[in-house]
Amino acid sequence: MSRTVNRKGRRHPLSSLVLILVGLFVSGGAYAAVTGTASAADAPVSASQIEDGKKLFASNCASCHGLSAQGSAAGPSLIGAGALSVEFQVGSGRMPMSGSGPQAEKKPVQFTQPEIDAMAAWVASLAPGPAVPEASSLAGGDPSNGAELFRVNCAMCHNVAGAGGALTEGKWAPSLRNIDPVHVYAAMVTGPQNMPVFSDMNITPAEKNDIIAYLKFLDENPSVGGMDLGALGPVSEGLFVWIFALGGLVAITIWLSAKSN
Amino acid sequence: MSVATQKKSTAPTSTGAGMRFVGGVSNYIDERTSISGAVKFLGRKIFPDHWSFMLGEIALYSFIVILLSGTFLTFFYDPSMVEVHYDGSYVPLKGIHMSAAYSSTLNLTFDIRGGLLMRQVHHWAALLFVAAIGLHMLRVFFTGAFRKPREINWVIGFVLFILAMAEGFTGYSLPDDLLSGNGLRIIDGMIKAMPGIGTWISYLLFGGEFPGNDVIPRLYVLHIMLLPALVIALIAIHMVLLIINKHTQFAGPGRTNDNVVGSPILPVFAAKAGGFFFLVFGIIMLIASLFTINPIWNYGPYDPSPVSAGTQPDWYIGFADGMLRLMPSGWEFVVDGYTWSLNLLVPIVVLMLFIVIVMVYPFIEAWVTGDKREHHIAERPRNQPTRTAIGAAGVTFYAVLWAGAASDLIATHFRTTIEGVILTLQILLIVAPVAAFWMAKKIALALQRKDRELVLHGYESSRIVRLPGGEYREIHTPLDEFEQWKLVSFDEYAPAQLRPNARGKITIGARMRSSVSRFYFEDRIAPVVTKELESQKH
Repeated sequence: MSRTVNRKGRRHPLSSLVLILVGLFVSGGAYAAVTGTASAADAPVSASQIEDGKKLFASNCASCHGLSAQGSAAGPSLIGAGALSVEFQVGSGRMPMSGSGPQAEKKPVQFTQPEIDAMAAWVASLAPGPAVPEASSLAGGDPSNGAELFRVNCAMCHNVAGAGGALTEGKWAPSLRNIDPVHVYAAMVTGPQNMPVFSDMNITPAEKNDIIAYLKFLDENPSVGGMDLGALGPVSEGLFVWIFALGGLVAITIWLSAKSN
Repeated sequence: MSVATQKKSTAPTSTGAGMRFVGGVSNYIDERTSISGAVKFLGRKIFPDHWSFMLGEIALYSFIVILLSGTFLTFFYDPSMVEVHYDGSYVPLKGIHMSAAYSSTLNLTFDIRGGLLMRQVHHWAALLFVAAIGLHMLRVFFTGAFRKPREINWVIGFVLFILAMAEGFTGYSLPDDLLSGNGLRIIDGMIKAMPGIGTWISYLLFGGEFPGNDVIPRLYVLHIMLLPALVIALIAIHMVLLIINKHTQFAGPGRTNDNVVGSPILPVFAAKAGGFFFLVFGIIMLIASLFTINPIWNYGPYDPSPVSAGTQPDWYIGFADGMLRLMPSGWEFVVDGYTWSLNLLVPIVVLMLFIVIVMVYPFIEAWVTGDKREHHIAERPRNQPTRTAIGAAGVTFYAVLWAGAASDLIATHFRTTIEGVILTLQILLIVAPVAAFWMAKKIALALQRKDRELVLHGYESSRIVRLPGGEYREIHTPLDEFEQWKLVSFDEYAPAQLRPNARGKITIGARMRSSVSRFYFEDRIAPVVTKELESQKH
């Protein structure tokens, strides 16, 4: 026993702690460098913008999220949520929430873009979190690879054509038609509501661009087969055939067998 | 004389060389085939006129459209599961690995002129085909047109319905896209759930572990050879029996059990039917050119891992999918290492039972009524309250299962929870048919009562007169004889008496029949008889 103690004595007793700390800093720093979530990187943020954001937050969001965004029983903490979360939730009209329910509904956006940016800047100033990417960086993806990734990762909730679908307990995956690419990106990075986070380890930024490119392709190219009946698949096709095709033909049979006057 | 002959020969020429040509050709053919007998026989066949008698025609004509468009599709479709790289014109699938079947369907869609239209024509016509068969069967059921001598034709028609579903399902699987692969996976699961033999059958069908490399070519052979051959053969028998049995007609003046009142096939009915064929064709083309169906390019190639939200079968398989969805979870147990998956076995048994009852219903009813007479007069549904109620219960059962297949879409579109939808439908599956039975029977009886009232007292004319004594009375206009005929001519059935047989014994079968018969005919409204009518005439 004593020999082992002696052997250990050559090193400083805190050396292992230092090693762990160094390791953590290196891996954490590398992670931060790779994922590039440093909030201040993209847009210059002024102190007055942050101050404006703080005021807007206090008057519009604090009743649920707390005055310093620490969270409450009514809403989660936003420390570390990042600017991208604010951009998604407020910019898509989901926040402020119209009422508590299984899921926040989309409604008309309540703030101007500078106001949203200000709140985003304030939330981002609290702790590092995902930043809003430049819209130009979300272009140029490969729709073919995006479609493949979409089918494997997204279609089980959002439907292959992005028409949306049902989740449990009254929740739902929304339709992905005509969504701002920044919001699509934000949804994958921040995992809002019931959506899982698709980190950059899971789907790389380039692959996220591919998915965005696929959704854009769907928006820009209406169904080649004609009206798509909501892209809901065989249910709407079946209803259509019973009501309009068979219904129309039954009307024709009645016309054909009607007695002439 | 010669002048007269001249006149004779020039007169037909002036009516047209065309007529002479037609006459010559018909004569040529008739001298070699003696077909005029058949034409005369068929041409004089009478078909009664009623809109509901044309539903089967819709099915027949959409089947012709299916045959024509399907033939076009076979020219370009490649039933092979060989893996290829897609290199067609649809951008979001460029370079993706897929089966030759899916790739050729995409090429058919995007790179063959008219290919997409033909695919949509084929698929819409298929949906319409099965829907028209369904509606036609409901018409036959609710008017009792399956009674003697048409029981066998009912069974043939029923087999056609099943074959149409099989045709639909095999066709739905052929593009080998994600949606169709998911459908096949469910069938594979149901097969594997069968105790003992399931796994063996699954390996036999798929040529190994699902999905394998064999199933598409096999389904293709079924889809374009065996099943269509069976459908055509059975349609032919169905038609021949229709001609032999004659068509039913609704009761009316001059229409009896021994005649058929309507138009002859040649020329009236044939012209109408020909025109109707083009109307059906036209409607299908119109829909196919305006509305997308089965956008396989969205679904992507089949891959066993992803399942899209909103994955449903085509409507005619929906009732089976709904049954699976409505099963409570966790209904399974393990015996000696083998899982007995009741949540798949119970649906299989329930659906089989449902289907078999539909098939043998004519025989069940014949046994209950003990009626051996031939019936050529179609009944009004109200005049057979119990049968109508049974039909209503069956339709409701089917409809709840059908809604079950769309449970997720009901939840999202009506902003409610999917669990709530499922629970509601589970309860409805048991309660709704009973309620529908009860309501349909009450409504049928009430309508019969109304008819009886009309026959005996006529219509209320809204003319109120004051009698000399001061009494006010509304004048009732009596029905004319045509109307009256429709309302009074129907068969009345009474519960079968429980009597001992020749040996003086009351068998269990007789006892059962008597109680079922009581269930059928206990509540009934007697048709108005002549005596009652005469006593009303004052």
